[in-house]
Amino acid sequence: MSKMYYRELRCGVPVRFWMGLTLLGSIIAIGLGAAYYMEHNGHWVTGMSNQVVWGLPHVFAIFLIVAASGALNVASIGSVFGGPMYKPLGRYSGLLAIGLLAGGLMVLLLDLGRPDRLIVAMTQYNFKSIFAWNVILYTGFFAIVGVYLWTMMDRSVGKYNRPVGFAAFFWRIALTTGTGSIFGFLVAREAYDAAIMAPMFVIMSFSYGLAFFIMTLITAYIWGDREIGDLRLARLKNLLGVFVGAVLYFVLAYNLTNLYITQHHGIERFILLDGGVYTQMFWIGQILVGSILPLFLLYSPAFEKSRWAIVAASVAVLIGGFFQIYVIVIGGQAYPMNLFPGKEVIESGFFDGQVADYAPTFPEAALGIAGIALSLAMVAVGARVFKVFPETLED
Amino acid sequence: MSNKCGPPSTDRRRFIGGTLAAAGAMTLAPGVILHAVAANDKATAGASGEHRWGMVIDTDRCADGCSACVDACNKEHGLEGQGRPATDAVWIRPVKLKDRQTGHVNRLVMMCQHCEHPPCVDVCPTNASFKRVDGVVLVDRHRCIGCRYCMMACPYKARSFVHEALSNQSVNAPRGKGCVESCTLCVHRIDAGVMRTACQDACEKEGHAAIVFGDLKDPKSEIRRVLKTHDSVQIRADLELNTGVRYLNL
Repeated sequence: MSKMYYRELRCGVPVRFWMGLTLLGSIIAIGLGAAYYMEHNGHWVTGMSNQVVWGLPHVFAIFLIVAASGALNVASIGSVFGGPMYKPLGRYSGLLAIGLLAGGLMVLLLDLGRPDRLIVAMTQYNFKSIFAWNVILYTGFFAIVGVYLWTMMDRSVGKYNRPVGFAAFFWRIALTTGTGSIFGFLVAREAYDAAIMAPMFVIMSFSYGLAFFIMTLITAYIWGDREIGDLRLARLKNLLGVFVGAVLYFVLAYNLTNLYITQHHGIERFILLDGGVYTQMFWIGQILVGSILPLFLLYSPAFEKSRWAIVAASVAVLIGGFFQIYVIVIGGQAYPMNLFPGKEVIESGFFDGQVADYAPTFPEAALGIAGIALSLAMVAVGARVFKVFPETLED
Repeated sequence: MSNKCGPPSTDRRRFIGGTLAAAGAMTLAPGVILHAVAANDKATAGASGEHRWGMVIDTDRCADGCSACVDACNKEHGLEGQGRPATDAVWIRPVKLKDRQTGHVNRLVMMCQHCEHPPCVDVCPTNASFKRVDGVVLVDRHRCIGCRYCMMACPYKARSFVHEALSNQSVNAPRGKGCVESCTLCVHRIDAGVMRTACQDACEKEGHAAIVFGDLKDPKSEIRRVLKTHDSVQIRADLELNTGVRYLNL
């Protein structure tokens, strides 16, 4: 195999980079302004309430955090599982993982009731809380992936690449297990309280992370006027297809289990049949756009060599993934908790027995989009400052 | 602009290293100082493990249309609504139920059930949600970061998030924007030696006497006598949380 040269990513027209960065900076500034507005006034200015306590910012945050750990997979396949086609992509995989996690955490932090108490979250730990573990898993991820990148970029520490790669791989599995368990460990609500949540989130991360990776990789190489070989893209494309299918399988297993258990028929009916916007998001967003469409684009012989089909499939996976998280997070809260089995609530001072209303507001969306913008800005700056992209990825 | 690969710039590395070190120091320094202050300020616990405070609510006595307990709770703890029911704090609420099979109607009040194994305490990342040794489940408003995970975890929908800035607070219950709160079982009264809750007083004053508060560990207490002589239930008993609030005739 010929030697691989890495080089900072510079686009043909320099002004394009600065214009892009200015645009991302503006989106981030609007998001920060929105966060200030929500914190200053209190959360009543958002769509959130005492019934739907986690809103659109949580959807963005969880989506980005899940995608972050998945983005690292390409590096893991290269250095842990010895895939030579993937190895040159490892540096970018690490950079993207760090960027996505930073974006997700920014959104999560700024949606707290008291973001000024970050230091409390970082110094006071209840080790029975999966949230507390996640604080450690998320911050540790930055450190481990940072060292991992170092072993990939500095030949003097290259011999540690494989053990560090192993550590990063196990850490990322733990991280997504922890994120899924936020819901898996909730006994109160019918949509959650299921061990399958943890592995389902792991496989969701594989899918979203790779979709982000493929989409941004192709964009970066167009941007920098560099070449990617068809064979390498075909590998990534096939892998994405497998991951999309695997997510669909987990969704099927989760829903079939709930359909079997009488106690869970209510929540299943809500999501699958008469939950209004949540039912539409499930069938149209998650299943049609997020699963069936990308599988068609990835496996149809008509699009075998089409790069646009690969990009379109990746975008569809991300849109579907976003709706999947929305249905899990918001749909699971909107459906009322069954405090009194066998009884109908005919009067309540706190919306018992009623499907909760939730309509996201502009500031929530602005904060969430700012998270994506921060991720992309970090990746853009990182790729320009560090040598993460190979000069060419021709086969 | 040249695309040629030049020698690595050490200035840039030094700048990045310096920036990271400065950011790390700025994040940690205030915490180290606060931690040192907190260590010198350990409050002495007034609660005793010899008691377990709890309540029994007789649904047959909970009168239709009555909101005396809710009003008394709001007054006692300074809970002033903003006219926004979805985000206003609710510590105690009436619920009217109809059996789907038999049509039998019940009315009761729901609040924090002061579980022996509270899910809110399990999930709280910073130990802000905690249970006192006498069974009262509370939120430490100085530690709560407002993540709302306890609200996701509570099977009784007992908690509220403070959605706006507050004024004219009651000294009985310090509250704060961005923190989570719920029924304190009138802990300020317990600690002052007044063994009656505001809701219980109001209910009795209305002549219903549907609420009995007391020490579940004291064999001579009224609550123990009622629970021994009547069949009572816990709401969502399947979760095995061993609630401190029990219901009669449900």
